[in-house]
Amino acid sequence: MQFWGYRRSEGRPGIRNHVLILPTCACGSESARIIASQVRGAVNIVFNTGCSDVQANTDMSQKILTGFACNPNVYGVVIIGLGCETVGHDKLAEKIRKMTSKPVVSFGIQDEGGTLKTIEKGVRAAREMAMEAGLQQKELFDISELYMGIECGGSDATSGLGSNPATGELSDLLVDMGATTCMSESIEWIGGEHVLAKRAATPEIHNQIIQVCKDYEAHLLAAGQDCRAGQPTPGNKAGGLSTLDEKSLGCIRKNGTRPIVEVLEQAVPPSKHGAVVMDTAGYDISSVTSMVASGCQLVIFTTGRGTCTGNAIAPVLKVTANGRTYKKMEDNMDIDLSPIIRGEKTYQEMGKEMLQNIYDICNGKLTKAEAYGFSDIAVDHVCRFV
Amino acid sequence: MEINALLMGTTDNVVTCVTDIRAGEMVNYKKGNEILSIVAEQDIPYCHKLALVDIPADGEVIKYDESIGKVSCHIKKGHLVDHTNLFSVPRDYDAEMIKL
Repeated sequence: MQFWGYRRSEGRPGIRNHVLILPTCACGSESARIIASQVRGAVNIVFNTGCSDVQANTDMSQKILTGFACNPNVYGVVIIGLGCETVGHDKLAEKIRKMTSKPVVSFGIQDEGGTLKTIEKGVRAAREMAMEAGLQQKELFDISELYMGIECGGSDATSGLGSNPATGELSDLLVDMGATTCMSESIEWIGGEHVLAKRAATPEIHNQIIQVCKDYEAHLLAAGQDCRAGQPTPGNKAGGLSTLDEKSLGCIRKNGTRPIVEVLEQAVPPSKHGAVVMDTAGYDISSVTSMVASGCQLVIFTTGRGTCTGNAIAPVLKVTANGRTYKKMEDNMDIDLSPIIRGEKTYQEMGKEMLQNIYDICNGKLTKAEAYGFSDIAVDHVCRFV
Repeated sequence: MEINALLMGTTDNVVTCVTDIRAGEMVNYKKGNEILSIVAEQDIPYCHKLALVDIPADGEVIKYDESIGKVSCHIKKGHLVDHTNLFSVPRDYDAEMIKL
């Protein structure tokens, strides 16, 4: 199986060829949005941090920003800073240039004399990049070059019964062809971590999976929060998920059955091909943010209650096995997996059918969230602002 | 006979209803190739669980062949199991570690 993608000097090929308008901090976000709105082919993210952070939060923000810039779906980057943030635009550009040879330019609002002057320069730079990006021809790549993120959000009982097993089947098929798939949301392994750990390729990975869950519980406890009090969410409970354990045992099925070859920290690219897992928050938007920053070209997102989320850099494909949700939210749902729940098709059959959807998206078919231009991100935090 | 509930593991003591069930209605589910039935003693909303057997207070609820928690009171066969009568039990992570 092959797909048409955009060759990059380093790493995997892109399935999109975006010019990314990247703010260094919250104060650069509005200018970045306006620049992106002026240039076809440009996308922006809204960044809510970058300033007054403890070091651990700054480290996380920097991993996300540099990771977004290096994502294979990004052709080039226009960075918009303010001038007094923790890591300025020139410093961030320097970091990114050390990681990738793709075009990177940066501007600071204080240096340029305000937003209008910065926007003018930013639009000109983005326009030049978008014009060049338009010339790049697609090439054929083997499916083993694909790195897919697997997410679930707004789960209900149908997630564990239908959409997650089907997505797990899809993951197995992709892994068998040499591709890489990543499941995250480590808090949603708790209660099922012993089952997940059985898939570990080595005893060390087995223990890493258990340790991640143990550490997550301890971290929340230190902030006075019992992980079982916040999980399941009110929506999960209304959808028939009664405990974190029940939610987790359904969640982990979306990563399939193949050996887990690596446990990743947030926003870190995998070093191996195959099924990998990442230690991220259970907050779906934050988890997608971290996986896209680690280089995922696309994300499959299972839901029960329904969600509208999208990411500016990587297409997000939303699937549900809840027939009621599909009907109610068809404008946001890409695939209806409810035949599994009705017993009309098996999850194995529908997992296999989804390969064609993945192939189409790789070749350029837009997901619904992508067509709407949605750009949700959330950066995980370990501490209050200072 | 309409299948209106799903059993996820052969050792499970609950099924998940995939239509809205009214008290007194038959709940039908598959176990392997066999179709089994049980009378719902309470209304069971779409996506919610019904106990297949009596579960004593502090007894485990099994779904996916795994424990998903313990019940806070005696749950009768055919009754609803949800977040109001089922609670999660803390893990023993150290015991789950493999000695290297």
